[in-house]
Amino acid sequence: MNNLIFKNIIRFILLVLFQVLVFNHINLFGYINPFIYIGWVLLFPIRKSKNALLLTSFFLGILIDTFSDTGGIHTAAIVLIAYYRLPILELVTGKTDFDYVLFNVRNLPLNKLLLFISVLAFLDSFIVFLLDYFSFSDIFPILSNTISTSILTIIISFFGILLFTKKHK
Amino acid sequence: MQQLFYLIRKFRYFLLFLVLEIIALILVVQNHSYQQSKFINSANFISGGIYSKVSSITDFINLKSENQRLSEENNQLKNWIEKNKLVAKNKIISQIDTSIYAQKYKYISAKIINNNYTKRNNFLTLNKGAKQNLKIDLGVVNSKGVIGVIKSVSKNYATVLSILNSHSKINVTIKNDNHFGTLFWNGKDYNIAQISDIPRQAIIKKGDTIVTGGKSAIFPKGIHVGVIKDFKFENNQFKEINVTLFNDMSALSYVQVIMNYQKKEQKTLEQNTLNE
Repeated sequence: MNNLIFKNIIRFILLVLFQVLVFNHINLFGYINPFIYIGWVLLFPIRKSKNALLLTSFFLGILIDTFSDTGGIHTAAIVLIAYYRLPILELVTGKTDFDYVLFNVRNLPLNKLLLFISVLAFLDSFIVFLLDYFSFSDIFPILSNTISTSILTIIISFFGILLFTKKHK
Repeated sequence: MQQLFYLIRKFRYFLLFLVLEIIALILVVQNHSYQQSKFINSANFISGGIYSKVSSITDFINLKSENQRLSEENNQLKNWIEKNKLVAKNKIISQIDTSIYAQKYKYISAKIINNNYTKRNNFLTLNKGAKQNLKIDLGVVNSKGVIGVIKSVSKNYATVLSILNSHSKINVTIKNDNHFGTLFWNGKDYNIAQISDIPRQAIIKKGDTIVTGGKSAIFPKGIHVGVIKDFKFENNQFKEINVTLFNDMSALSYVQVIMNYQKKEQKTLEQNTLNE
């Protein structure tokens, strides 16, 4: 149990630092920066009590917003995807009840894992760009930015999860 | 009463979500209003400290271009001094007028420790703050041109509203024409900004130099901005005037913050005139 908390604290810090120091400055093709911090929501252990995920996601969002001077847009996005994580997971896997102790996203079949990551990444990027542009008249740049950013986010999160997490046996 | 507690218990997860989301949205709205100073910004000691540590490591990347820019600026200043020596020699100064010799602007050197240019609303972080007398609404430039305006200040750090931000509006003018316009950014290309509100009687051409207008108390007149790339003239009005910026906004390092000693005087005068 303590080991689990320790692991999550380390993950929290690493995600924030990597996001603001490395991935905010990638600028692929001149402007695309992935939002790898959604890894927090993807990998957070699934428990019956869901408040911890909401609160920690909120603080992670605030930290990312502080570093990147984006007001509250990342906070709003990550709190939303944290809230809808379980319904999306149920939709993707087709199950309604999980073995809360043993569940691990890494144990999902790869196509379902990819779908799960894609839905969360797309939702997150869409909220971020919608709140950044702050007007519906800019819907085209909002959508094009959302698509390009979420594709890069999906690729990096998918391979990141494959590389850095272990399967439960 | 018990019913209420029961309801709160039942929906507490949703209520927590709602509260957190509303806090986030309040922060977003606050960030989008120009007047209010931002509550969350990178000018605090944690993010500022981390950024300045990292920038001291990655400094050398810009070193070459930065040296070249400095050398060019030196060259420019030396030429300017030589030019003025000749003018001063030919002029006989018979009386000393303090209003001429008093200093209006003061430049403070600072370094950008975090640069953003890919988002719709970009902010930069400076390594100096209130301790070095930086305040909100001071202009930030380097030798190539305008960079932004200070938005919030902490003890040791400051954040700058970049010209690459939807809330940035800077008064500019066409060199040698004196018609004023407003510089803004449409969010597409970080090398190109746009100008609006140029009156139709202005004569503009491709390649005209755009400089700051000096109407506001933030920037002195005549600081370089860019050159006109292209424009349209429709319905007797200028449309889509694109300006190629002199500054490469993706590689900024050392900058100068401009302090205007007469800002207070100008502001009070303008305020008084408005009130009359």
